[in-house]
Amino acid sequence: MNRAAPALIASAIHKRFLIKETGKTVHAVTDISLEVQTGSLTALVGPDGAGKTTLLRMAAGLMKADEGTLQVLGIDVTADPQAVQDRISYMPQRFGLYDDLSVQENLDLYADLHGVTQAMRKERYARLLEMTHLARFTDRPAGKLSGGMKQKLGLACTLVRSPELLLLDEPTVGVDPLSRRELWEIVQQMIDDERLTVLVSTAYLDEAERCARVFVLHEGKMLAEGTPGDIRQRALNLCYVATPAADQPPRVLQARLLDDAGSIIDAVPQGGAVRFIRRHEVDQQRLDALLDGALVAAVEARLEDGFMVLLREQHDLEPLDTEVLETAHHPKVEAEGDTNEVIIEVRNLVRKFGDFTAVDNISFSVRRGEIFGLLGPNGAGKTTTFRMLCGLLPASSGFLEVAGFNLRHARAVARRNIGYVSQKFALYGDLSVTENLEFFGSAYGLYGNRLRERIGIVMRQFDLKGKEVSPSGQLPGGFKQRLAMAVALLHEPAVLFLDEPTSGTDPQRRREFWRRITALSEIGTTIIITTHFMEEAEYCDRIVIQDAGKLLALGTPGEVRAQAHGKDSPLDMEEAFISIVGQSRQNNGNGPLAKETRP
Amino acid sequence: MFDFLHRIASLCRKELLAIFKDPANRVILVFPSLIESFLFGYAATYDLTNVPYALLDQNRGAISTELIARLDGTVIFHRVATLQTQSDIARVIESGDALLVIQIGPRFEEQLNAGESAPVQLILDARNSNTAGSAVGYISAVVDSFNVARVSMVSGAGPPLIIETRAWYNPNLETRWNLLPGLIASLSMIQALMLAALSVARERENGTFDQLLVTPYSPIEIMIGKAIPTIMIGLMQSTIVLMVALFWFKIPMAGSLVTLYIGLTLFTMASVGLGLSISAVSANMQQAMLYTFLLIMPLILLSGLATPVRNMPQILQIVTLANPLRFAIDLVQRVYLEGVGLLTVIHDVIPLLIISGITLPLAAWLFRNRLL
Repeated sequence: MNRAAPALIASAIHKRFLIKETGKTVHAVTDISLEVQTGSLTALVGPDGAGKTTLLRMAAGLMKADEGTLQVLGIDVTADPQAVQDRISYMPQRFGLYDDLSVQENLDLYADLHGVTQAMRKERYARLLEMTHLARFTDRPAGKLSGGMKQKLGLACTLVRSPELLLLDEPTVGVDPLSRRELWEIVQQMIDDERLTVLVSTAYLDEAERCARVFVLHEGKMLAEGTPGDIRQRALNLCYVATPAADQPPRVLQARLLDDAGSIIDAVPQGGAVRFIRRHEVDQQRLDALLDGALVAAVEARLEDGFMVLLREQHDLEPLDTEVLETAHHPKVEAEGDTNEVIIEVRNLVRKFGDFTAVDNISFSVRRGEIFGLLGPNGAGKTTTFRMLCGLLPASSGFLEVAGFNLRHARAVARRNIGYVSQKFALYGDLSVTENLEFFGSAYGLYGNRLRERIGIVMRQFDLKGKEVSPSGQLPGGFKQRLAMAVALLHEPAVLFLDEPTSGTDPQRRREFWRRITALSEIGTTIIITTHFMEEAEYCDRIVIQDAGKLLALGTPGEVRAQAHGKDSPLDMEEAFISIVGQSRQNNGNGPLAKETRP
Repeated sequence: MFDFLHRIASLCRKELLAIFKDPANRVILVFPSLIESFLFGYAATYDLTNVPYALLDQNRGAISTELIARLDGTVIFHRVATLQTQSDIARVIESGDALLVIQIGPRFEEQLNAGESAPVQLILDARNSNTAGSAVGYISAVVDSFNVARVSMVSGAGPPLIIETRAWYNPNLETRWNLLPGLIASLSMIQALMLAALSVARERENGTFDQLLVTPYSPIEIMIGKAIPTIMIGLMQSTIVLMVALFWFKIPMAGSLVTLYIGLTLFTMASVGLGLSISAVSANMQQAMLYTFLLIMPLILLSGLATPVRNMPQILQIVTLANPLRFAIDLVQRVYLEGVGLLTVIHDVIPLLIISGITLPLAAWLFRNRLL
């Protein structure tokens, strides 16, 4: 067999960082060896802090390994990073687009930087613009593009010349399913047409499924490597789907399964049922008791299942002290509320920015204690709707009430009813964990013993012990999010607003996050959440799908799936979503965002 | 009420923590004011200390020599060239070697002895009109005293009229004396304006402002919580400059500290209101910074710090009425140097109150209803 030399060979690489504030050394990468075959697609997967980005940056010659050798395209990167950089392309997580320059100007700029000749540009541009569907937007400033379009432009800029190796660092974080699918089509096409070698890091396991080879990293170490099939093998004959009784939301069963770490490795809601992985040595009786008569069928293992098995071998999911969760939190209005009471009412809501209609005449209502999901592609109007509900943005017209008030005009006191967690970490980074909690506690009128008591409770509830004096801005990602949740729940609000809380987080953290959300809803907190992860819609009681400002679907996840493909739809949530949005775009092809996906 | 005060106090505490926890901030809050007060104290002065001049004495008599000796006797003037012909004048002035040329005509002594008036001609480099003007003043004084001495020597009688100056509030007419009290106001304005302008913009950029807006704080409360710490820091800046003026440059303070600080507090309130309004309309810190810089220049130019307001064209004088710094500089200088009470400067106090009364509520309103 005539195999080309590997495009990248790493042997026994180490990388350590000194954390200035603490004086401690962190082992970001420990003894990693791997090979990337020329002309193939290879994935680095792993939870946050696994060392994926560090590894890619070293391969791009932006960082030197402390020990070990790293050969890229036959060149020692440490010795001659420039020679490597001349032949590879690297797309960092946040690609450096110039927001005020147009799509075309951004492309020109990167072509100039890489010295692409005029003759080559013409043909290259035509091809890239066609693949990214950006041809119609060449005059639009990059800052005005939606998140998905920006990411596609970033990829196009990275590909203005033909690199011999393409390094992609989490290219699909924060991108909706439609744009995600398109991004992968572009990458795949480049591999097929130009025999491009690609090394991609990702937190989405379904993306890694399409790669020739997968390296699973965990806390800087190599946990496993192989084809997706090899990784799937780990969960062989352990995967099942359990369908609970009709009147029971699947997330209740899912939470119960997940809490029994002794029997169950992983459980997620899926298509109105619960998909779970059992442990090898599980006690059948105990499992039966857990399932409580739910219908069970064995299913094929997926890459994600294998990955979860691998991770669980490392350490168990932090067992959640659900008792603390449930006793700690009593939404103030709970006593007089019953579950049929409407807590959020939206009628004919419209929001315009100039002549652009971001939210177009939508109506829905949310009942107390519901988990309500707002879904839609980038730029569909979810965030605008969300901000209007929180009172951060005035509506152009329409009726809007949260817990009996329009928060935009209501007296400040009405805002005590809501908690808000924004997409980006939005607490004071220089202030310590305790200082942030104290400040926001007082903002909600808590003081003295009551404040101390509440802070103690949320610290336990969100596992923040031991971090009291750390500056919040320097906490690891997971802690930041838990702190943001703790702050939002300090005053026991009736409604909790969460804007894309799981964007860019790994499956493990998403499980933990949803376990907490499920527990919160059990005790009567209403939750409004936006998300890009369609499978997360399965945790919701009801969802809406928005696109181009319009409301396309509203109902339980099952109802929405049925809307896409009739009753007993075989589609999963992501397929249903793509089908619903796609259909709507086809029907009225001139919606402001419809152009995005059409060639 | 207790609840209100408690919540405001924790907002202020948060604001101060956020400002002082940033090491870069801590440096910015002390050193620039310190350095600038020294810089202004030493470097920015209209007082002449060193005037190079050239002499073209075509008479070369005893009297002209005596006149020049008087000039050379001052520490201010020193001769850099002694010219021979008229054609040399252009050269020394053009090259900047001499600021002025003194020309004494060939018939100087003859004219004097004949009882006629004898001209002493000055050729000035007026590219710097201020310095040239001051130099003329100094020379006139020397020539005056020469005249007085000569008249009494010749006729035995004193001159008919003499001017006796007593410079009140600044006996030696030192620029430093009116500049440094002015700086007590202007430097604190720059800092307070900048800090206020960045405060909301920074929170908007970091996303924390949304988090603040969803809490039960009302816009007025947020405004108060942001204004108080910034006013405190503005007053701290004033104190730094005040200390330098009092203890380093030893400029005696005639008025009371209480009056001074009441005036300064009102002024800082007005500046912070301005800064917070800028901050509320800015989308990010870069914009806030840009607006602030655009504003600081005209604020200082139209304040009377460097040039008196009454020298300005009528229309600009009206514009200065919107400038808090104009009133503050007048107030501080009068309290510091003259020692007047609050009632005497009530015409400064009332405009400052009006400006704060407009800008602070405006900022609060803009927090929620940003125009842009």
